[in-house]
Amino acid sequence: MTPKIISERFDVKDNHRFATYSANGGYTSLKKLFAMKPDDVIEEVKKSGLRGRGGAGFPTGMKWSFIPKSNDKPKYLCVNADEGEPGTFKDRLILERDPHALIEGIIICCYAVGIKNAYIYIRGEYDFPLARLTAALEEAYREGYAGKNIKGSGTDVDIVIHRGAGAYICGDETGLIESLEGKKGQPRPKPPFPAIVGVFGCPTVVNNVETISALPWIMNHGADAYAAIGTDKSKGTMLFSISGMVERPGVYEGAFGVNLWDFIEKSTGGVKDGKRLKAVIPGGSSSAILTADEARNVKLDYESIAATGAMVGSGAIMVLDEDTSIVKALEVVLRFYAHESCGQCPPCREGTYWLYEIVHRIRAGKGRPEDVDLMLSICPDMLGRTVCVLADSAAIPAASYIKKFRGEFEAMISGAHAPERRLHPGGVNLESRAL
Amino acid sequence: MSQRAHALTATGKPFAFDAKNEAAFQKLLTQYPTPRAVVLPALWLAQEQHGHLTVEAMEYVAKRLEQSPVSVFAVVEFYTMFKTEPVGKHDIQLCRTLTCTLRGCEDLQGTIERKLGIGPGEKTPDGKFSFELVECLGSCGTAPMMRMNNRYWENLTVEKLERIIDACREGRDPSSEDFNRG
Repeated sequence: MTPKIISERFDVKDNHRFATYSANGGYTSLKKLFAMKPDDVIEEVKKSGLRGRGGAGFPTGMKWSFIPKSNDKPKYLCVNADEGEPGTFKDRLILERDPHALIEGIIICCYAVGIKNAYIYIRGEYDFPLARLTAALEEAYREGYAGKNIKGSGTDVDIVIHRGAGAYICGDETGLIESLEGKKGQPRPKPPFPAIVGVFGCPTVVNNVETISALPWIMNHGADAYAAIGTDKSKGTMLFSISGMVERPGVYEGAFGVNLWDFIEKSTGGVKDGKRLKAVIPGGSSSAILTADEARNVKLDYESIAATGAMVGSGAIMVLDEDTSIVKALEVVLRFYAHESCGQCPPCREGTYWLYEIVHRIRAGKGRPEDVDLMLSICPDMLGRTVCVLADSAAIPAASYIKKFRGEFEAMISGAHAPERRLHPGGVNLESRAL
Repeated sequence: MSQRAHALTATGKPFAFDAKNEAAFQKLLTQYPTPRAVVLPALWLAQEQHGHLTVEAMEYVAKRLEQSPVSVFAVVEFYTMFKTEPVGKHDIQLCRTLTCTLRGCEDLQGTIERKLGIGPGEKTPDGKFSFELVECLGSCGTAPMMRMNNRYWENLTVEKLERIIDACREGRDPSSEDFNRG
């Protein structure tokens, strides 16, 4: 039985309203919270083993402990609701169906770290989640769960919702900070890390929506109960967004340590229309790809997936069936990164553009025999050479799709395969070239 | 950073927030420690008021926040959701990223092009529809999908998309019809 921590209340009718949320035990963790010393809360979160659910998987309690204890500058929390990694749609569900859990989690984080101002940076396209979150925050202010002296505890937490305006790169934590400051969302060189110099020049915690939303459960049930779920190093549960060629795409909560394909099959009913499995992208489109055999033989946890060269990332699992063209899939993925490169680092700006150009010409039937190796030779020059990881996010899938499915690329270049106009028999591509 | 060019439009008339947006703007000033941080929310207010961001609106936002106009233009150009030209009454944003392409967004693109006679980045002559292809909108579980009229339209099929477009054409509100079922 998969424990439900984040998705526990997703199907409770009207759970997005304060009355329903509080009637079902919402905000009860705060009583325990305010009785604890802030440092003990940080220790509790450390002990739970909770890791960032936005993609990087960094231990949350440790991230908080990097914030200086001195109070000479204000400290900030930025909640990253700029969900943009292709394949990821789980924070949206939290915002729509359980927004008060996020607000409760924000209070926990702010109390532990000594923060009085939190910003929720939500992607601009999320109209409905924004409406739900805005309504929930108004309720929280009205009910005394946001603002000054929360429930008589002496704790002040002001929460502001900040709407993005369409830029994948603002999901990077320093891109988000730049954007919040009113600039182009171009990531900053590190160090200094946000914990020391974050938004408005002050110490800043940046945490993902799902990470923050796990906090009320951890406070209520204790770190030990959370740490008892999952594996030794990947503790607790995670929301997995499963999409692509499966029978029932959706968001499924799972405990770490189970077999990857078993989990996908049990959750979604397996590959759509009884087709054969070709490949699985386990952690968003910036992850390396897994062949069907790899996907059937790997455990779903940070360490096991990392050992294959792929990643858990944001938990975005995309399933490709036997009819999917890997060449076209890579073209679509690389087009995304070429479009979203912020342009400040040459290896990324040029690398994403050229990788896309080359895979595009291969797919269009104009590939040259040397193109496959040319792409492979570009990738190492994009790894670890830029301010943020967007270049890596293009180079890693490029290299892995080519290495694992090289034959498909070569067949298309040699003419053994006709130029691929479709990613999947489902559609007719009309050759739209504009980035 | 999108590669498209932003054509700037000017009305020749001064821009100012209306009373409602002025009140919202005053509240924003209290929510951030620096005026510059108000640039994005203020641009949102201006765009919602006028439909797109004119040169006058951008200059107005810059002036109200004591920023250089060029820094505000640069911000506008960086973000895909800020529009410097009028979009159609119904601005179709069709997702073209991996899951949506797997599940048939290319068919939907064909339907839009056939039915409306416009390609990506274009607008119908009557100004009713504009069409753009966008990257992942975070709705992969209900792919293929699009965003239009400030909401998502999910689990699209060619037939469903045709009905939505027809409703818009005939002046009916497609939101009042249940297109998200079936």
